[in-house]
Amino acid sequence: MATSPSAEAPTAPGATAPRPFRVARRRRETKDTWTLELEPLQGDPLAAAPGQFTMLYAFGVGEVPISVSGDSTGPLVHTVRAVGAVTEAICRSKPGTVLGVRGPFGNPWPVGIDVGLDVVIVAGGIGLAPLRPVLYHVLARRDEYGGVALLYGTRTPADILYASELERWRGRFDLHVGVTVDSATAGWRGRVGVVPKLVAGASFDPASTIALVCGPELMMRFTARSLLERGVPADRIYVSLERNMRCGAGHCGHCQLGPTLICRDGPVYRYDEVAAFAEVPEL
Amino acid sequence: METIEAVLRDVPLFGGLTSEDLALLAGCASNVRFEEGERIFRDGEQADAFYVIRHGTVALETFVPARGPVTIETIESGEVLGWSWLFPPYRRHFDAVALTRVRATGFDGSCLRGKCEADPRLGYDLMSRFAQVLIERMRWMRIRLLDVYGYEPVG
Repeated sequence: MATSPSAEAPTAPGATAPRPFRVARRRRETKDTWTLELEPLQGDPLAAAPGQFTMLYAFGVGEVPISVSGDSTGPLVHTVRAVGAVTEAICRSKPGTVLGVRGPFGNPWPVGIDVGLDVVIVAGGIGLAPLRPVLYHVLARRDEYGGVALLYGTRTPADILYASELERWRGRFDLHVGVTVDSATAGWRGRVGVVPKLVAGASFDPASTIALVCGPELMMRFTARSLLERGVPADRIYVSLERNMRCGAGHCGHCQLGPTLICRDGPVYRYDEVAAFAEVPEL
Repeated sequence: METIEAVLRDVPLFGGLTSEDLALLAGCASNVRFEEGERIFRDGEQADAFYVIRHGTVALETFVPARGPVTIETIESGEVLGWSWLFPPYRRHFDAVALTRVRATGFDGSCLRGKCEADPRLGYDLMSRFAQVLIERMRWMRIRLLDVYGYEPVG
């Protein structure tokens, strides 16, 4: 298996100075999560590969790293959960609002080098957002892959992202979609349990599988263990990590993880390359 | 029509058991069906059976005052429903409700305990298998206790 493709050079135009983008559309996904479609005020649209992120700037408030969540052949789309001052300001941005965008940054998911394999996409919570572009990519080239499974876990039914899209995907005969929640009250007719359990019960050929995992770090750790127990080789499990990213371009060092800088060398890593670092409490 | 022994042979929990052992288990088993919404057992009831789900989904619930029934876990095809038959006082701790039509193999717990006591080798084998499943369930439950989605630093 090849390693992750190299990231775009961090010194590319847009790496240090934000480009103005207008919010073209905004859609509420859950009570605290919004999806924004952005278009540049001038110049070319931003081309981001699945798994890459941009530094999204709410002028006068601050800047945060946000993964792309749309189709890489379409406009720039971000799904943002309001968890702090900056993300709240971004989520409040109505159509017409101008935001700053730097990037794209980081290594993408290894799509395109996994042809012929079964693809298992495991997402937890808002971790589905960085993986949605992978699904678009795979479904657009469905014949090139073996079995494809999307396993998604989140906290409650009200926290499910892209609910209508999940329904559509669930209706396809060439895609297995498993959704589970950690807790639910009466009325929820789906699964209740953790997402690593979905891995244990899913149908795929471990020896010929590539697994892409994104979500809270603990969820990724337990999911990776389930994948390893099923027999998926460690060098075919990819995770997307998150740390305190500031410059996005590998200069400031805020997002250091062991010998790597996540903004430059990640956020997508082969699991066997980072597992040891990710489990060190101080890192 | 498929015999219960043949059905049990395909259940992961019983994988690798000899035909003789499967025949002993089958002697305590019967095929059962529950309609959607049907209560399979209720919190506090005598626990004299467990089920291997062959088709469908079961919600394990408990009633929380001011919240109503809360689903603790769902049990699906290939999984085991019910542990309280294993140890005294043989009382259910939760409600089990069929979320869909459910087809299952039901086991008479008292019958099976009797056979395990009469044949300690079989008893040890079965107990090891159940312990493995219980450990796995506990692992999932412990992960849930961490509430990993409570704070998600994901871009």
